[in-house]
Amino acid sequence: MSWKKKYDIIVVGAGHAGCEAASAAANLGSSVLLITMNMMTMAQMSCNPSIGGIAKGQIVREIDALGGFTGIITDKTTIQFRMLNKSKGPAMWSPRAQNDRIRFSEDWRLQLENTKNIDFWQDNVTSITTLNQKVAGVNTSLGMEFSAKAVILTNGTFLNGIIHIGENHFGGGRIGEKASVGLTENLISLGFDSGRMKTGTPVRVDGRSLNFSKMVEQKGDEQPQCFSFLDKAEPKKQKSCYLTHTNSEVHDILRKGFDKSPLFTGRISGRGPRYCPSIEDKIDRFAGKDKHQLFIEPEGWNTVEYYVNGFSSSLPEEIQFEALEKVPGFENARFFRPGYAIEYDYFPPFQLNFTLETKVIENLYFAGQINGTTGYEEAAGQGIMAGINAHLKIIGKQPLILSRSQAYIGVLIDDLITKGTEEPYRMFTSRAEYRILLRQDNADLRLTPLSYELGLASKGRMDKVREKYEKINRIIEQLKLEGVTPEEINPVLYSQNTPGILQKTKISAILLRPQISIFDLIHGIPAFSIFLDNLGEISEEELEGAEIAVKYENYIEKEHEIVGKLARFEDIQLHPDFNYTELKSLSFEAREKLTKIKPGTIGQASRISGVSPADISALVVYIGR
Amino acid sequence: MSIFTGTDTICALSTPAGMGAIAVIRISGPEAFPLCSRIFTPAEKDLDLASAPSHTIHFGRIGSKNDLLDEVLVSIFRAPRSYTGEDVIEISCHGSTYIQQKVLELILSEGARMAKPGEFTLRAFMNGKFDLSQAEAVADLIISHSRSSHDLALKQMRGGFSEKIRELRQKLVDFTSLIELELDFSEENVEFASRQDLTTLLNQLESEIKQLIDSFTIGNVIKNGIPVAIIGKPNVGKSTLLNAILNEEKAIVSEIAGTTRDAIEDTIVIGGYSFRFIDTAGLRAARDKIESIGIERTWEKINQASIILYVFDSSLSSFDDVMDSASEFRELISNTPKRLILVGNKMDQLVELPHGFKDFVEYETIFVSAKRKENIHLLAESLVNAIKIDGLSDNTIVSNARHLDALKHALEAIEAIHDGLKAHISPDLLTVEIRQALYHLGSITGEITTEEILGNIFGKFCIGK
Repeated sequence: MSWKKKYDIIVVGAGHAGCEAASAAANLGSSVLLITMNMMTMAQMSCNPSIGGIAKGQIVREIDALGGFTGIITDKTTIQFRMLNKSKGPAMWSPRAQNDRIRFSEDWRLQLENTKNIDFWQDNVTSITTLNQKVAGVNTSLGMEFSAKAVILTNGTFLNGIIHIGENHFGGGRIGEKASVGLTENLISLGFDSGRMKTGTPVRVDGRSLNFSKMVEQKGDEQPQCFSFLDKAEPKKQKSCYLTHTNSEVHDILRKGFDKSPLFTGRISGRGPRYCPSIEDKIDRFAGKDKHQLFIEPEGWNTVEYYVNGFSSSLPEEIQFEALEKVPGFENARFFRPGYAIEYDYFPPFQLNFTLETKVIENLYFAGQINGTTGYEEAAGQGIMAGINAHLKIIGKQPLILSRSQAYIGVLIDDLITKGTEEPYRMFTSRAEYRILLRQDNADLRLTPLSYELGLASKGRMDKVREKYEKINRIIEQLKLEGVTPEEINPVLYSQNTPGILQKTKISAILLRPQISIFDLIHGIPAFSIFLDNLGEISEEELEGAEIAVKYENYIEKEHEIVGKLARFEDIQLHPDFNYTELKSLSFEAREKLTKIKPGTIGQASRISGVSPADISALVVYIGR
Repeated sequence: MSIFTGTDTICALSTPAGMGAIAVIRISGPEAFPLCSRIFTPAEKDLDLASAPSHTIHFGRIGSKNDLLDEVLVSIFRAPRSYTGEDVIEISCHGSTYIQQKVLELILSEGARMAKPGEFTLRAFMNGKFDLSQAEAVADLIISHSRSSHDLALKQMRGGFSEKIRELRQKLVDFTSLIELELDFSEENVEFASRQDLTTLLNQLESEIKQLIDSFTIGNVIKNGIPVAIIGKPNVGKSTLLNAILNEEKAIVSEIAGTTRDAIEDTIVIGGYSFRFIDTAGLRAARDKIESIGIERTWEKINQASIILYVFDSSLSSFDDVMDSASEFRELISNTPKRLILVGNKMDQLVELPHGFKDFVEYETIFVSAKRKENIHLLAESLVNAIKIDGLSDNTIVSNARHLDALKHALEAIEAIHDGLKAHISPDLLTVEIRQALYHLGSITGEITTEEILGNIFGKFCIGK
C-alpha cells in the first residue's frame, strides 16, 4: 500500500548512523520516518560493548558538540570509564567507556521515541524510488510505498550479509537476524558500483562460568569522566574488565581448524580490516608470538554475558570452544554463541559528495558501514552529518561540511571520498594532519558554534561553551601576565626534578616545562590560587583547557599556519563536469583518478593519491582561477 | 601537504644550466627586495634597493660580509610590472657553475625557497600575465619540467647516493611508525621502542642527512662535472683517447679544486657542460694484489659515472667479442641507470667500418682514431647529446639546490625531534616535527603517506584486540 503521509526524510536502518541521522534531521525540524528491520535492536552494539577509544573517543566528543546523542547515551549507560593515553599529551587523550549493551539500545530507542517529528516503521527496504535522478521514496518487503524528499541509507552489514562459522554459512545481517536482500541490486541498476567487505566478532560467554581469579583485573579510572559536554553524569560505580592470554596450546587447537576456516579456504572474498584481525589471522601472520592478550568485558550491569575481546574468529564453533577452554580462567566456560565472520555489500564512497549525498541520485544519502567504514563512532559521525545535510538540502540552505582541520569527522569524510578505502575504514589519530587542533577537550569550541547557528545545538549548550572559554581565557591571561619568584616556585620545580629559576619569571614560562602541570602551579603559587578562587567555580576541565592552550601554543600556531596556507586551495571550486581526459598535460593516472573521484575543490584534488603537485599546478593554471 | 603557489619568495637560475659567460638568477616575491638588500652591496653609495625605481640596473658586489662572491648587475622590477607580476630581482652574475651555485645557496640561506618547476610561469599566470589561451602551453611546460626533474633527481645522485636516500626514507618511516604505534595503538599488546632505541635511530638519520648535505653543498655534479668513465681492456688506447679529447676541444682543462689530483681525472667543458673524465685501469682478471686494488677502484669509478665510454680496439675485436663484453659489462652495472657508448678505437687501421655495428641499436657506437684525432668531434657531440637526452643538464643546478634545501629543512625538523625527545615532550608534539621531516624528505623521495606508515605498523606488529 501507498502510505498517505509524505515525509521530509526517510532514514533506512536504525544503527548508530541511522539513529544519529534521524535524530539530527528531526531536531532540525524535518519530519522523519525511521525504518528498521527490527525495532528491538535499535542502536545495537553488534561487536564490543564499548564506545570511544583512541581517535574514536574524539569523534564521539565531536558528535556531542554538534548536538548528537551518542555521547549522552554512552554516559547514561557507562559501566566503566577510562581516559586512554593520559601520558601521551592532550591531543592523544581519548575517552573510552564500557557500556550496558541492552540499556544502550533501549536508551537510544527511548530518546528517539521522545523526539518530535520521528515516526517508526519495522520492515525491510528493498528499493528506492526515483524521479528524474532524484529520490522520491522507498519500497519495502511488506509492499509499502513511502515517499520522501530525501532518503538516508544506513544499512550497516545487512546488505546481502553472509555469516560464516567454519564450513557453515548462511544469510544474515547479524547473528540471529535476517539479511537485507534486494536493495543492492536496485542501487546497481540505478548506476551505483558496489563492493564486498568482511568483518568479524568473537564468542560470548557466561561470566558465572569464568574463573576471574586467574585473570588480571582491569578497573576503570578512579575519577571517571563523561563524553557529553552537557550535564555531567559520571558513573557512581563501575564494573571491571579482565585480562588473560592465549598460549601455544590454544594456538595448536585453533590451527587444527585452519582447513575449515572460511578465511583461509578462500570462501570469504571480502576484505577484512588489518587492525582488527581474527585470532586465526593473528596466529597465522605472527607465528612467532606464543601468546595474545584477551580482554574479558562485561556486557552490562545485570547480565552475566561477557565479550571475549581479541578472540574474533570464524573457525568451526567446536574448535573455538575447545581452544578457549585452554585459556586461563576459561577451563569451565559455558558459551552463549560462537564468534563469526560476516561479509556484506558496501558502496565505494567515491560515489558521494562531501555532504554524503550520492552523486548519482540527488537527495539520496549514504552513512555508516555502507560507505566502507567500521565502528559505531565512525558510523554515528557520518549519520549526524547526513541527517544535518539532508535537512539543509531540502530546505534549500548551504550544507555543513567540516574540513580536515575542523574535526575528525571532516578527516573521515574527506578520506572516504577522496582516497576511498580498500578495507573497513577505522579512524586513527595519525590520519589527521592537524592532530594538535583536533582534541577531545576542544570539540565544543570547534563545533558547537557551527551547530548552534544551524539550530541543532541548543542555546544552553552554546552558553556553556561561552562560559567555559571565557574562564579559560582569563586564566591564560593571568598565566601570561603574572610572574613568580624563585622563592615561591623553586621548591615545586625541585620536587618535579626540573632546575630552579634565578629571577622572577612569567608563570606561563614555567608551565611550558613538560614536568610542570597547572596543578603544581596552584599548589606552589598562592597568588595564582587566590586568583582562581575569585573566578568562581572552576572545573578541572577548564584548568586543563588553559594549561593545554599555554603548553601547546607554538604547535597550535604552527598547525594554524599550515591550515591557512592550504585554505586557499579549498576555496577553488572544480566543476563536477570538468573533462579531465582532455587535459593532456595531466599525468594519465591523475586524469583517471580525477575523472573517477570528481573532486569538489583543488584542495581535495591535491589529496588524491596519484595526483602530483605538478598536476595540481597544471590544473590551477588551466581553470584560470 | 603540498603548497604549490604562495605568498613566499622563490628563486631559481633562469639561464640554462652549465657554464656560460653570464648567468641570471631570478628572485620573485614580497621579500625579493629586502632579501637582496642584505646580500648586495651596490657600487653607488647611497643606493637603497628598496626604494630604487623599477626597471633600473645596478652594479655592485654580492656575497655575505666576509665572503664576497662576485661582481654582479642587479635588475629591479616592481610589481606588477614584472614577469611574475610580483616584485622581481634578477641578478646577472658570472657564468661559472660554482658561482651560480654559491649565489643560489646564499639567497636560500636568506629565506627564499627554490622555485618548483614552472613556478615563475605559474605565478605569472596567476597574476594575470598570460591569457587563458596560453594556459595549456604553460600547463604542459610545468608537467614536462617536473617529470624530467623528478627522474633527474635520482639520476644525478651518483653511486650509492640514491640508495642512501631510499634507506634514509625507510628509516624515517620506521621511526614514524614506532611513534605512531605508541599513539594510536597504546592499548595493544605490542612492545614499544625504548627511548634509547629511538634516539639511536634518530642519530643515524641525523648523521646520514648531514653527510648528504655535505656531499651536496657545492653541488658535486656541477663542481666536478658530469662523470664520464673511460673503460676497456688494456692497450685499447684509453689514455690516448682522453688526450685526444682534451686536445681536440682546446677547452679549459682544470684541476678539481680541493681534491687530490689523480693523474687520471680531468675536467673539460664541451658545449657548455662540464665533464669529468675518469681514465681507469684496464678491466681484466687481477694477477696480483696491487692490481686487484686497482680494478676494485675502477669499479668504484664506474659506479660513480653517469656516462661510460667502453673503448675497444676495432682492429682486433670481432663484433661478437665486443658485444659479449659490453653486454656482460652492462649486466654488472645494471642497477644504476647509465648511458653506455661504445668507442671503436684505431679505426685508422681498418679498410672500412664494420657494418654490423650500425644496425645494432642498443648501444650507440662511434669509431675514432685517438692517435690521428679522427672523429673525436663526433664523440664530443655524442656526449652532449647524451646529456640532453638523459636530462642530466636540464636544471641541474636548480634541482641540486632544491634537494639541498629539502635536506636542510628535513635536518632542522629532525634536530627539533631530537631536542623534543631530550626535553621529554609528549609524543603528539614530536609528531608535529616528524611530519615536517616526512614532508621535506618526501619531496625528494616521493610522498610518504599515512597509509604507508599504517601499513608498516600492521606489517610489523600484531595489532588488534
